[in-house]
Amino acid sequence: MRTICFYFQVHQPLRIKPYRFFDIGDDHYYWDDYSNKSIIRKVAQKCYLPMNALLLDMIKQYNGKFKVSFSISGVCLDQFESYAPDVLESFQKLVATGHVELLSETDAHALSALASKTEFKRMVDAHKAKIKRLFNGYEPKVFRNTELIYSDKIGEMVADMGFEGMLTEGAKHILGWKSPNFVYENNINPKLKILLKNFQLSDDIAFRFSNKTWSDYPLTTEKFGKWLNAIPKEQETVNLFMDYETFGEHQWAETGIFEFMKALPNMVFNQTDFSFSTPSEVVKGGKPIAKINVPVPISWADEERDLTAWLGNDLQNEAFSKLYEMEEKIRKIDDPEIWKDWTYLQTSDHFYYMCTKFFSDGAVHSYFSHYETPYDAFINYMNVLSDFILRVENKVKELQAS
Amino acid sequence: MKVLMFGWEFPPHISGGLGTACYGLIKGLNVHNQEVIFVVPKLYGDEEPLADFVNASEVEVDYREKKFQETWENLTYLEINSYLVPYLGPEEFEKYTDYTLHHSSDIDETVFSNKFQFSGKYGKNLMEEVARYALVATQIAKSKDHDLIHAHDWLAYPAGIAAKEISGKPFIAHIHATQFDRAGQGGASGPVYEIEKAGLQAADHVLAVSHLTKKIVVEKYGIHPDKVSVLHNAVLDASIIKSDIQKHVPEKIVTFLGRITYQKGPEYFVEAAKKVIERDPNVRFVMAGNGDLLNKMVERVAELKMGTKFHFTGFLKGKDVDDMYAISDVYVMPSVSEPFGIAPLEAVRHNTPVIISKQSGVAEVLRNAIKIDFWDVDAMADAIFGLLHYPSIAKMFKELGSEELKNLKWEHVAAKLVTVYEKLHNQKP
Repeated sequence: MRTICFYFQVHQPLRIKPYRFFDIGDDHYYWDDYSNKSIIRKVAQKCYLPMNALLLDMIKQYNGKFKVSFSISGVCLDQFESYAPDVLESFQKLVATGHVELLSETDAHALSALASKTEFKRMVDAHKAKIKRLFNGYEPKVFRNTELIYSDKIGEMVADMGFEGMLTEGAKHILGWKSPNFVYENNINPKLKILLKNFQLSDDIAFRFSNKTWSDYPLTTEKFGKWLNAIPKEQETVNLFMDYETFGEHQWAETGIFEFMKALPNMVFNQTDFSFSTPSEVVKGGKPIAKINVPVPISWADEERDLTAWLGNDLQNEAFSKLYEMEEKIRKIDDPEIWKDWTYLQTSDHFYYMCTKFFSDGAVHSYFSHYETPYDAFINYMNVLSDFILRVENKVKELQAS
Repeated sequence: MKVLMFGWEFPPHISGGLGTACYGLIKGLNVHNQEVIFVVPKLYGDEEPLADFVNASEVEVDYREKKFQETWENLTYLEINSYLVPYLGPEEFEKYTDYTLHHSSDIDETVFSNKFQFSGKYGKNLMEEVARYALVATQIAKSKDHDLIHAHDWLAYPAGIAAKEISGKPFIAHIHATQFDRAGQGGASGPVYEIEKAGLQAADHVLAVSHLTKKIVVEKYGIHPDKVSVLHNAVLDASIIKSDIQKHVPEKIVTFLGRITYQKGPEYFVEAAKKVIERDPNVRFVMAGNGDLLNKMVERVAELKMGTKFHFTGFLKGKDVDDMYAISDVYVMPSVSEPFGIAPLEAVRHNTPVIISKQSGVAEVLRNAIKIDFWDVDAMADAIFGLLHYPSIAKMFKELGSEELKNLKWEHVAAKLVTVYEKLHNQKP
C-alpha cells in the first residue's frame, strides 16, 4: 500500500522591536508585542482557524483514514497561549482525534543543532515538555529540525535522543538519481529512519498553486492524482512537507487552496492506490531502502537547499557566533528572564532577516521580513544582543562576587 | 553698505551646514550695521527677521521684458534632465526629494508664468530650480537697490551672475564646499563643477571657508590667489551645553557623527575602531548618521567581528544629536576633504574631546584638538586610545577647547567680511 505523508510546519518568530543604540544598558525588553500579537491574530483568522476547522471535518468525514502531522515551534505555542488560545484549542482538538501526529523540534525554532549539542538537546527537551503540557501528555516520536536542516551528524544527535525518525529535504544534490519516495537510514546510526520531502509535489501546492504563469495552472485534484499515479509503483511514500501558512496566508483563500485540500482525499481514495499516513506510521511501516549520505548540512530553503539563507554572509556569521559565545556563561546563570531571552534570540528568523542573497531582487525575501534591509535587521539585532551580553556579564559578576 | 545676498536655505528649515553658516554670517553683519537683502528660493515665515528677506517663490517675473528672456536662454544649459544629487547620498536623496511638489512641471510651458513655486530642497528638479532662481534674481536685482552681490555656493552662483548682469555691481562668490570635496577626484566633471567654475570665474572676489578650500579654488578652478579671501566659519553660541542624559553602558563611547559618505571618511573610523578594540575591549564605537556607504560600513564591522562593540544609530536629529555628543568620550571627524566642518565645534561645546583630520578647514581654527591624516588609522587609533586612557590629556583638550571656542565668533568673521565688502565697493565706483 502506497501512502502520502502530510507534514505542516507551524511557526511564528517572536519579532524584535525597533531597539536603538540609546536603549542598550537601559531597556531590557526586546520584543515587539504589538506586531507579534497582530500577526498571530491575522494568520489565525486567515489560516490557522479555518484550516484547522477544515482538517477536523475531513478527519471526521473519513473516519481517520485521512491524517496529517504538525510541527509547532515552542515560540509559536507560547504566542498562541498569549494571543490566540482559540487557535491552541483547535490544535488540541485535532490532536485529540488520534489521527494527528505532533513532531518534535527545538523550542525556539533555532539553529542550535549547528552550534552546540548541549543547547540543541536542551531546546528539544524544552519543546517536548511544552508539547506534553499542552497536549494532554503527548510524546512526539519523530523529529524535524528547524527548516528541515539535516546532516549525518545532526541525525546522529537526534538518534541519541531516542527518536525513531527524522524529516528532511529531498535535496537533488544529495539524492542524485535516487528517489525521495522511500524511507532511508541515517548514515551513522541506521536506527534513525529518514523521510525525505518530495519537493516537486510539495512545492506544486505550497509555492506554485496560484501562480498563473505556471504551465500547469490551475492545479486541480485530478491533475495531482495523475502525477501521483505517474510515480513508479515500487516507490511507496510521498512526503508532502510545507509551511502550514500555505493555506490561507501564502495562498489566499480566494485561490481555492481550501477547496483543493477538501477535495483531495476523495480523489486519492478513488483514483489512486495511495492512502494517508503520519510520519511515525511511515517510519514503522516502510522498509528502509538505503543509507543516505549527507556530510554537509542541507535545508529546505531556496534553490541551493543549504544554510546560506541563515548563515551565508558576514552579518549572519557575526550575529550567530556572538550569540553562541554566550552559551557557557548563560549555563552558570539561574535567571528565568535571561533564559527566556536566550531562547527567543536563537530563533532562526532573526538570521534570515539578515540574508543579503535576495537583496538585489527584493521581493521574495521582503515578504518574510519586516525590516527595510538586511542591514537594518543586523543593526537592530546587534543592539539587542549587546544589551543581552551586558546583562549576562553583570549576572556572572554578581555570581563571582557572592 | 547694502548687500544683495543669495542663499539656498535658512534656519530653521535646513538640511545641511549652508543655512547655519548664512544665519551666523547675517547675525554678525547685523552687529556691524550692514543692510542685507537675503534671498532664498522658499521662505516658510518662521525665519528670524535678521534681514530684508525675499522669498523667490513670491517674486513676479515680467516675462515680456527682453532682458529676462536673454537670461533664460543663457541658462538653458542648466536644464539637463540630470539625475543629480550633489549633496546627498541616494538614501537621503529619497527622503529629501519632494516628488509631489513639481513632479511633472514642464519647463518650456511654464517658464514665463509669473511666479514659480520653489521647493528649496535638493531634489530631482534641482537644476531647474537653480536656473529659475537666476531668473528671479534678475527681477530682484532690478527692483532692489544694492551695492554688492554675495552668493553662497554653486546653487546661487547663476543667480549672482544674473544679478550682476542687471545691476553691474561687484559679485562675491562664497564657497562653502566644492565638488571636489563631495565627489573626490571625480568632481572635475559634470554640471555642478561647471557651474562652480563659471561662478568663481565671473566673481569679482571669492570667499573660501578655509585655506584648504582656497587651495582647491586656486589649483582646481584656476582662480588667481589674490582674488580669494579666507573667511572661516564660527559658532553661534560658544557656551558649554549641559546635559542630564545618563549613559547606560559601562564602556567608554567613541563617536562618528555625520553623513556616511566618501567625503566624511567613515571607513577609516571603522578600521581605527578595530585597532582600539584589540587593545581595549571596554570601548563602544558609534557611527551616527545615514548615507550611501552605510551598508558597506555595516558589512565591514561584521567582517571585523566587532558587531557587539560597534553600533549604528541611523540618522539622528534634535535632542538625539545633543545626547549623542553628551555621552561620547571622544568625537572623531576623519573627513577625507572637509571645507570647514562645524561638528567638532559642537562636540567641544559638549565637553567632548575631538580628533579631526588635517584635511578639514576646522583644523585651521581649532588648535586644541588632535589632528591626524584621515588615512592614518594607526595614528587615529593611538589618539583615541590616548584620550580614553590618559585623563589629563582629555581634560586639557576639553578646557582649552572650550576657551578657544569663545573666540570663534560670527561678529569677528563679519568684521573681516566688511573689510572685503568695502575694498570691493571702493574699487568699483
